[in-house]
Amino acid sequence: MSLRIVVCVKYVPDATGDRRFADDLTTDREAVDGLLSELDEYAVEQALRIAEGQRQSGDEAEVTVVTVGPEDATDALRKALSMGADKAVHVEDDDLHGTDVMGTSLVLAKAIEHTGYDLVVCGMASTDGGMGVLPALLAERLAVPQATLLSELSVAEGKVTGRRDGDAATERLQAELPAVISVTDQSGEARYPSFKGIMAAKKKPVETLDLEDLGIEAEEVGLDGAWTVVESATERPARTKGEIVTDDGEGGKRLATFLAERKFV
Amino acid sequence: MAEVLVYTDHLDGAVRKPTLELLTLARRLGDPVAVVLGPGADAAAPVLAEHGAARVLTADAPEFADYLVAPKVDALQAAYQAVSPVAVLVPSSGEGKEIAARLAVRVGSGLITDAIDVAQGDEGPVATQSVFAAAFTTTSRAAKGTPVITVKPNAAPVEAAPAAGAVEPLDVAFGPLATGTRIVSRSPRESTGRPELTEAAIVVSGGRGLNGAENFALIEALADTLGAAVGASRAAVDADWYPHSHQVGQTGKTVSPQLYIAVGISGAIQHRAGMQTSKTIVAVNKDAEAPIFELADYGVVGDLFDVVPALTDEVRARKG
Repeated sequence: MSLRIVVCVKYVPDATGDRRFADDLTTDREAVDGLLSELDEYAVEQALRIAEGQRQSGDEAEVTVVTVGPEDATDALRKALSMGADKAVHVEDDDLHGTDVMGTSLVLAKAIEHTGYDLVVCGMASTDGGMGVLPALLAERLAVPQATLLSELSVAEGKVTGRRDGDAATERLQAELPAVISVTDQSGEARYPSFKGIMAAKKKPVETLDLEDLGIEAEEVGLDGAWTVVESATERPARTKGEIVTDDGEGGKRLATFLAERKFV
Repeated sequence: MAEVLVYTDHLDGAVRKPTLELLTLARRLGDPVAVVLGPGADAAAPVLAEHGAARVLTADAPEFADYLVAPKVDALQAAYQAVSPVAVLVPSSGEGKEIAARLAVRVGSGLITDAIDVAQGDEGPVATQSVFAAAFTTTSRAAKGTPVITVKPNAAPVEAAPAAGAVEPLDVAFGPLATGTRIVSRSPRESTGRPELTEAAIVVSGGRGLNGAENFALIEALADTLGAAVGASRAAVDADWYPHSHQVGQTGKTVSPQLYIAVGISGAIQHRAGMQTSKTIVAVNKDAEAPIFELADYGVVGDLFDVVPALTDEVRARKG
């Protein structure tokens, strides 16, 4: 039996760039180059490891990467394919511009169902919106278990087990497949695409879908269909650089004096 | 009067501070109704009442401890249906955000996460967020349904505002998804005796410049003289010098204390994303060109192995 793994990835503006908002208060995708969200690389990595484990034990596995995003988002899919994913699905539609997380989760859930799945793997959060709620939203919409924020995991005998490091406790989780999981940046370093992988990725299939293919009405998504409205976006004033002293043997004392002046001591 | 649902984060009835901050925000929108799940509701109720809860809805069942997230969503949904609130406020933990998100799907509501402020607006509650590594501040509201908002620690002061706090049992019917993910075992995080990182008034963080796990003792000593929490940069965590639960930055915790002391941290965007809304920032680094100094209200260019022990001694001396 083949294990069908779907990895959700996001194409985001580079976090090291000068990210801004467009006039309609959506993320400006022109100002800064886009790339595969770094935290999604961990999801691709875990999906590939699970698939490799399956194949080693004589079973079959297939890794499909799915994204919702503009034309350029293909770059994120190509990166995942060059890491070793088998095929990709790109949901692209002009009516998707401005879609919020509720709409994105709706579209992704439909695309995942369209693809067919046993296991959905997500990163812990995107590096732009950074909400960290998409995996839980997918589990709710797909009506399957969620095993999220895993820093260690394994898949065997139709079950996923893993370790979740919460704020108050570390938990061991177990869920039957099909399930949605998310993995943290502690789950294991993501591989770099090899030259061979990059060449092979060019020939791997990328299926492009629009809203009509998924049976979603334009009114359900996009800026007008969003469940939330951004009313204002204000650039935070740059912090003013304070006094910088060079330690001449008194640096520690001078710092203590500063802290005392600010009433921290 | 309009009611606001507040999800209570507690451990066996000990209410965590961020929930009390939520009550302060909730009172701006209406009468707070607290939801307490799991054991300890009797201990939690008077504390919640003292801080403004007009009612306290309680439910206890083994499912809350034995299965992940989904049973709590069922309970919060039951509370939502019983109360018909004008807003739902949930503390912004990993779990809190997941509970809030799933509730929002079920009740068809707009979801806003990681708010740093909530106020009443002309068209309903408005949430303020800090985004793009704190480079921008946005305000948002729900366009559909009742806003479900998760709120970060330190978003509001804890205020005494005595209210009735009448305890009422909440009927919860668990749905088929409730028992999907079993919690096989749980090991509570060992207390360090220091304040919780995200809630602390002062945070002292160490980075690559520490040069080894053993040198975090310097950071801990300074933290303890100041009554501070200890943080670490991603570089220090990736090197296994300090636990990931202490990581400050984009993939760790976001902190916004009164005072943030960065030691041996260069200040990469990944780190700045987690700390640059701190009120006062202090940095110690041997590289005068380190970007952390661009943010610092006070900086010392020097060897942290000289500066930090001297600072710790001086603080200790001043405190007598």
